[in-house]
Amino acid sequence: MSERVLDIALTVNGEPIAERVEARKTLVDFLREDLGLTGSHVGCEHGVCGACTVRVNGTIVRACLMLAVQCDGGRVETIEGLSDSGELADLQAAFEQRNALQCGYCTPGMLTAAQDLLKRAGVPSREDIRAHMSGNYCRCTGYHAIVDAIESVAQARSSSSFRGASTASEPGIQKRALDSGSGASRRPGMTGESR
Amino acid sequence: MKPAPFAYARARTVDEAVALLGEKDAKLLAGGQSLIASLNMRLSAPALLIDINGLGGLDGIAKKGDMIEIGALTRHASAERSDMLAQHAPLIARAMPHIGHVAIRNRGTLGGSIALADPAAELPACLLTLGGEIEVSGPKGRRSVKADDFFKGLFETALGPQDMVTAIRVPAADKDTRTGFAELARRHGDYAIVGLAASAKADGKNLKDVRLAFFGVGATPVRTKKSEAALAGGDVEAAVTALDLDPPDDVQATGAAKRHLAGVLLRRVAKQLMEAR
Repeated sequence: MSERVLDIALTVNGEPIAERVEARKTLVDFLREDLGLTGSHVGCEHGVCGACTVRVNGTIVRACLMLAVQCDGGRVETIEGLSDSGELADLQAAFEQRNALQCGYCTPGMLTAAQDLLKRAGVPSREDIRAHMSGNYCRCTGYHAIVDAIESVAQARSSSSFRGASTASEPGIQKRALDSGSGASRRPGMTGESR
Repeated sequence: MKPAPFAYARARTVDEAVALLGEKDAKLLAGGQSLIASLNMRLSAPALLIDINGLGGLDGIAKKGDMIEIGALTRHASAERSDMLAQHAPLIARAMPHIGHVAIRNRGTLGGSIALADPAAELPACLLTLGGEIEVSGPKGRRSVKADDFFKGLFETALGPQDMVTAIRVPAADKDTRTGFAELARRHGDYAIVGLAASAKADGKNLKDVRLAFFGVGATPVRTKKSEAALAGGDVEAAVTALDLDPPDDVQATGAAKRHLAGVLLRRVAKQLMEAR
C-alpha cells in the first residue's frame, strides 16, 4: 500500500515522538519544522555541505538525504540531544577555545561528525581528521582551527590525566558549553544558534 | 528546494518491489544518497517511491566458489570495513574510501551505485575492471548481466523498467592478482574529475590480463585497451601515450585537462600494479 501521508513513531533525543508526515518531507525539515529542533541546519539540501548531519540509529547521516518516514521505528539524535547529554561538552569547549567557529552555521554538523570520529579508539592523525571531516563545509574558519580543536580533544580523551587537568583549568568554558544547550528537546532555538 | 509530492511504499520482498515497479513513474529508494538529492532539486519527480531498505537478505558479503557476492543493499560503510572484501576483492576495498563522505557511505548502497551508473562513480568502473557481473531481478525472475554489457550510456543500463539489482559478483582475487586505484577530486570524497580502476595478474616479473577502466571521462566507464596491452608489455610511458580517451569538457575540467590527468593517474596506478601484494 502506498501513501502520500504517513504516521511515524520514533525517538528523538530519547523522547518518543509520534507524528503524521508527508512522505516527501526530509528528516531535517521534519526536525526543524515539526519538532522545532532548529540546531540541525539546512545548507545545500543535496548532501554536499554537511550542515544537517545528525545521528540515526547510532551512525551519522545527512538529514537532507533521508526522508522522515524512513526513520519510522528508529532512533534519531540531534545536536540538541548530544549537547544536553554532555557527550560533546569537551568538544564544544575546544571549539570555543580554539576559535573553530565564526558564524556557527556549520558547527552543529561539525560537532556531530567530529564526535563520530572521536568515539573510535585511539588518536586520529590530522590527515585522518581531515578525511573524516571532508563532508562538512565551513566557509569561515579555513578548517585549521577545527582540526586543532578535534585533535586536542582526541589527545585529551586518550589521556585521562590530561583530561582532568584541562577541565580543572577551564571550568568556565566547560560550563558555558553545557549551559548553551539545556531545556526540553522540543523547544526551538535551544542551542542558542543564530537562526 | 523541496521534493515534489510522491506516494511512498515499503517493499517487504523482492517480488513485491518488482510488482510495485509496474506502477506509473515508480522508482526504487535504496540508500537515497543520489536519488533524494535529485528529488530535492526536482531533477526527478516520481509518482511513487518504493523503499527497499527493509528487504531482508540483500546486505551480505559472501564467497561463493571463486566469486565474491555482495548483496545490493550492502552499505558502503559495511563494505569499507569488510575483511572479506579486503582479502578477496582488494580493488573494491581500495575504492571504498573515495566514495562520498562518511555520512554518505553510512547510507549509500553498492547496488544503488551500480543501478544509477553515474559516469563519475567508482564502483561501475571497478566492476568493469574486474569483469564482474550484476544479478538482476525482474518480472521473469533472476538473471546475470556481465558488467561489459551492463553500462549502456549516460545513467543508462541494461536494467528494464521493472528490474532491480539484487547482487553484484566479482571474481575472488588470488595470489597473483594485482589491483590499483586512484582518483582526483577537488575535495576528498567529491565526484572524481578523473579516476582509474585497474587489475592485472602477476606473470613472473611482468603483468598479464591488464584491465584499466577510467571514470569521469565519458558517459560510462571506459576501458583503454591499447594502454592495457602496452602496460602488459611493461612500458608505462607507451601506455600513457596510447591512452585513447576523448573526454568531453564538464563543469570540473576541460577535456584536455582530463586527458592529461588520466595519464598522471595511469603512472600512479601502474606503480601500484607492480607492487607485490
